[in-house]
Amino acid sequence: MANPSSIYDEMNGADGTVRAHYAGYQKWLAETPPERIAQKRAEADLVFHRVGITFAVYGEEEGKERLIPFDVVPRIIPAQEWKQLAAGLRQRVKALNMFLHDVYHDQEIIKAGKIPAEQVLSNSQYRPEMQGVDVPGGIYAHIAGVDVVRAGAGEFYVLEDNLRVPSGVSYMLEDRRMMMRLFPELFSRYRVAPVEHYPDMLLSNLRAVAPAGVLDPTVIVLTPGAYNSAYFEHAFLAQQMGVELVEGQDLFVRDEHLYMRTTQGPQRVDVIYRRIDDDFLDPLAFRADSMLGVPGLLQVYRAGHVTLANAIGTGVADDKSIYPYVPDMIRFYLDEEPLLNNVPTYMCRKKEDLAYVLAHLDELVVKETHGAGGYGMLIGPRASKEEIERFRQLLTETPERYIAQPTLSLSACPTFVDAGIAPRHIDLRPFVLSGKDINMVPGGLTRVALREGSLVVNSSQGGGTKDTWVLEI
Amino acid sequence: MLSRTADHLYWMARYIERAENVARMLDVNYRMSMVPQADGGIDAGWGATLSITGLEDAFRAKYPAATMESVLEFMVFDGSNPSSIMSCLRMARENAHAVRGTITSEMWETTNDTWLKMRDYPRWKLSGSEIGEFFEWVKFRSHLSRGVTLGTMLRDEAFHFIRLGTFLERADATARFIDVKYHMLVDGKAPPDAAADYYQWSALLRSVSAFEVYRKVYRDLITPVKVTELLILNDQMPRSLRTSMVEVYENLLAVSNYRSKETQRRAGELQASLKFGRIEDVFARGLHEYLTQFIVRVNDLGNRISNDFLVPMSSS
Repeated sequence: MANPSSIYDEMNGADGTVRAHYAGYQKWLAETPPERIAQKRAEADLVFHRVGITFAVYGEEEGKERLIPFDVVPRIIPAQEWKQLAAGLRQRVKALNMFLHDVYHDQEIIKAGKIPAEQVLSNSQYRPEMQGVDVPGGIYAHIAGVDVVRAGAGEFYVLEDNLRVPSGVSYMLEDRRMMMRLFPELFSRYRVAPVEHYPDMLLSNLRAVAPAGVLDPTVIVLTPGAYNSAYFEHAFLAQQMGVELVEGQDLFVRDEHLYMRTTQGPQRVDVIYRRIDDDFLDPLAFRADSMLGVPGLLQVYRAGHVTLANAIGTGVADDKSIYPYVPDMIRFYLDEEPLLNNVPTYMCRKKEDLAYVLAHLDELVVKETHGAGGYGMLIGPRASKEEIERFRQLLTETPERYIAQPTLSLSACPTFVDAGIAPRHIDLRPFVLSGKDINMVPGGLTRVALREGSLVVNSSQGGGTKDTWVLEI
Repeated sequence: MLSRTADHLYWMARYIERAENVARMLDVNYRMSMVPQADGGIDAGWGATLSITGLEDAFRAKYPAATMESVLEFMVFDGSNPSSIMSCLRMARENAHAVRGTITSEMWETTNDTWLKMRDYPRWKLSGSEIGEFFEWVKFRSHLSRGVTLGTMLRDEAFHFIRLGTFLERADATARFIDVKYHMLVDGKAPPDAAADYYQWSALLRSVSAFEVYRKVYRDLITPVKVTELLILNDQMPRSLRTSMVEVYENLLAVSNYRSKETQRRAGELQASLKFGRIEDVFARGLHEYLTQFIVRVNDLGNRISNDFLVPMSSS
């Protein structure tokens, strides 16, 4: 693992020279008057506001919407590097889907002693309702948003697998649209692999996993509603795919089939791209107080009359307490060595790991096993004494709820900040689609931590986004 | 299309149209207030404006008297008044937000932009000479959103539900405009002053952008009978009751479903009565009574459209 003091800069080499794949951009930057770029940045802000590409922030004044900051310096990935990354992602997602199928069927991996049974079966994300249920193609995680960071040259680490309802793909698409609008001339200098066909790819992927015997499946997007933080994305994807954007109240179950209420009467639904967590899908099966789901949906699902993407119960594979076992899954199911690195992880439920973590809190990142969105985590090297003590307390009380990892030195990419252009830490979330095959558009969403030195890229914590360019040559 | 989607589209259109009509109404009254009138005439005008909306009680609970300032505050900015321009544009935006995947991005951007600008509209502009500019702005935002609808939307169900909302709202508003002016002039306390009458009737025409239209159609002096004929029965006048109801009927036919037969029949009956009606008969029956009846029938159609298409039905 790289030394934190030697941060890998995506654009500039350690010797101060510009990396080859950024040379063209650097030249353009030098030729372009700063006023023009400033004007374009203002234009981007205006357009994003008008288009309403915003997200709601939990805990803030109700209905308040914020813009996710967009940075105009692209994150460029050379073709060869992407090829390796993509191969690693395919391998990883393939193994994760096999793991999910195994967990909900014969549990060979547990029998083989590769993963302790209680880690899987006592996990709150394990859904006993799914035991023995066959899903089309054996695919559980149809859409995976795998978070990857770079520590050094060619050195990629997977941080999280995100197999439940990963979001952000709309920003990937809008960022590209924005870059092409603001700086069309850059796209004639670079051969940037297109990403615009993502909605088509998603739709054909969803149609491919329809229940057996349905020839012309009706696909819908299920959203919690207009007040959800990712509502923009739900509406965007439904529109781009040309399918209905549906809320729970629009659906009902009759005779073990699912219908939506339309102006022309009830219409059968075959595939649901759901953007609602398992807990809220069906008040009869999960949380009874859920107003978002559809009573009886689980029964229809178990009968094989509707496909859910992603499947119920995928959380058992992207949980942070299962994460350390992913390399073993790859070896077990595919008989291959993992192409992407896992971050070494201390599982605080283990006595010896906990002891190490407590002794090294100021060096480690501590995360909740079920947490997401950058909430409830401790970044040791940047934490105050009070924060560290608070986590010491939490870890002592409920160690099983936490894991810890060494502080990775995330790579940085030049970014516009108040004082000009300066390096800021970034990550990458490629979106991996599984259906008949495994597909992805080149690149993904690059998130950037806009605060100097910050490693937290989540939009809810002040992160921004960048257009991600995978070069074709 | 989802029933809920149709509901949002229909109400989005109604609220945009309503904001426009409120602006038209206030604009005309503002202009009228500059015409010399008998004592109390000006405030009577603002009071009558309120009566169009049927919100007098809500108004009186908050404001001591109907003056220009208080009525403008109530009808433009007051978020607690569901018919204020502020509320209408907010509701239009919220409905659009809920179906932004169904409308074109141009439509969404127009509606969202209108709301953002309204939310931040400088209030001082409404107390000065720039008030007319504000009403123009509201009207033009409405023109814009209608234009964007016509220019970008596929002529599918979504389009027809939008149009249904627009014209049902317009039919109701135009009928109320005529009714109130007629009241003020014929039944009300306005003095029998021919000059004031002229301004009142021409104000009514202006409120529906029909002043020049009137001249073109009749090439004659402005008389109450001809003004009402133009606004009720004319088939070329875009804001007349007849034009609005023909649009309602045709858009209703385009979305008809297995339970909407009776609604279509009633809409057809109403538009036929406007197509074949004569203004003499309207006056013989009494204009006020005629309009009251018309408004009741429009409301009935609104309720029936909700029941047939929009309200999420039970599992049937």
